[in-house]
Amino acid sequence: MTEVIDLMAQVMSRYGLITAFAVVGITVWVSYQLSARLTRGHLHGSAIAIMLGLLAAYAGGVITEGARGIADLEVLAGIGLMGGGMLRDFAIIATAFGVNTRELARAGASGVISLFAGVFVSFAIGAVVAYAFGYTDAVSMTTIGGGAATYIVGPVTGAAIGASSDVIALSIAAGLIKSMLVMAGTPFVAPLIGLNNPRSAMIYGGLMGTTSGVAGGLAATDERLVPYGAMTATFYTGLGALLGPSVIFVVIRAIVG
Amino acid sequence: MVIYGVALLAGCMLAGAFIGELIGVLIGIDANVGGVGISMLLLILVAAKGQASGRLRPISQTGITFWSGIYIPVVVAMAASQNVVAAVRGGTAAVLAGVLAVVVSCALVPLLSRIGGEPPPPLPDASGKQGV
Repeated sequence: MTEVIDLMAQVMSRYGLITAFAVVGITVWVSYQLSARLTRGHLHGSAIAIMLGLLAAYAGGVITEGARGIADLEVLAGIGLMGGGMLRDFAIIATAFGVNTRELARAGASGVISLFAGVFVSFAIGAVVAYAFGYTDAVSMTTIGGGAATYIVGPVTGAAIGASSDVIALSIAAGLIKSMLVMAGTPFVAPLIGLNNPRSAMIYGGLMGTTSGVAGGLAATDERLVPYGAMTATFYTGLGALLGPSVIFVVIRAIVG
Repeated sequence: MVIYGVALLAGCMLAGAFIGELIGVLIGIDANVGGVGISMLLLILVAAKGQASGRLRPISQTGITFWSGIYIPVVVAMAASQNVVAAVRGGTAAVLAGVLAVVVSCALVPLLSRIGGEPPPPLPDASGKQGV
């Protein structure tokens, strides 16, 4: 019997990406069943699927002590490829096919404003929280502020201005929390903040900035909003990495000395 | 041919990624600036032209719509390969910074939506059409 299981595990690892298609397909099917039967469609099937994904990632992290969630289990390594940056971005770009270009152009200005607002607000909040927890020097405050922007802006900023590794780790953790909260929480706040049209989706993407969070959160809300939100979110990390170690660091240093 | 649509999508992605890297180098940061967004704009422009001229046939378009349709499963796989444990173990400061950033940014959405006149009407009800 163990031999049969070993053989099956071998096949699953060898055909990693194909295994991922099958496993994710089953997960999505189960999620839509749960959505229809338990919530009568109130909670979107994709929202449940994403939450199951996060849950699996937590389990994977606990079991393997690795950093790539359930993909650190050898038989499910293909999930890391399927959900990795390359295929994710390929699929996001494909969602732009057939978007309403007039709406895109009309929302352009508010999208740009939301990007700047999102970066500055996140840095400010992260810096204040850092200060409250005793990280009172400008370098740590800016780095943790960067983490409150995205989990990439934090370490990029920290590395540029010479933050300690524990502060950088903290900033990554803050960014991960933000990303997961946006992924799982967007469908619940969407009705409260008018997130139901292309323009507010672009603004949402610009304010939140975490591409993975926005990509997942909007998919769980209404997948037709994805291209608009992803469009602005994709500029956020670049903008944050640009402003963080420069303008924002100088401002925070001027304030706290 | 289906591959024409896939290749068009791939070409847009490569061009956008290249431009994004280039912008990063030009402004002196080690990050891709807006590569995905630029790719999306390229795809919108090129595909619109192709459709208008009739060169991008419906069968070729399925090479793009397939990837658009596979998007949610890809995002589920992405969620399943996140470092959730590190996020949870980050401690109170990390949780608070992340949560507050989300809450305040959320609160700004209705405010910024008012810029440029009344917000557009919501998309028509999509219940029943869940294209996974």
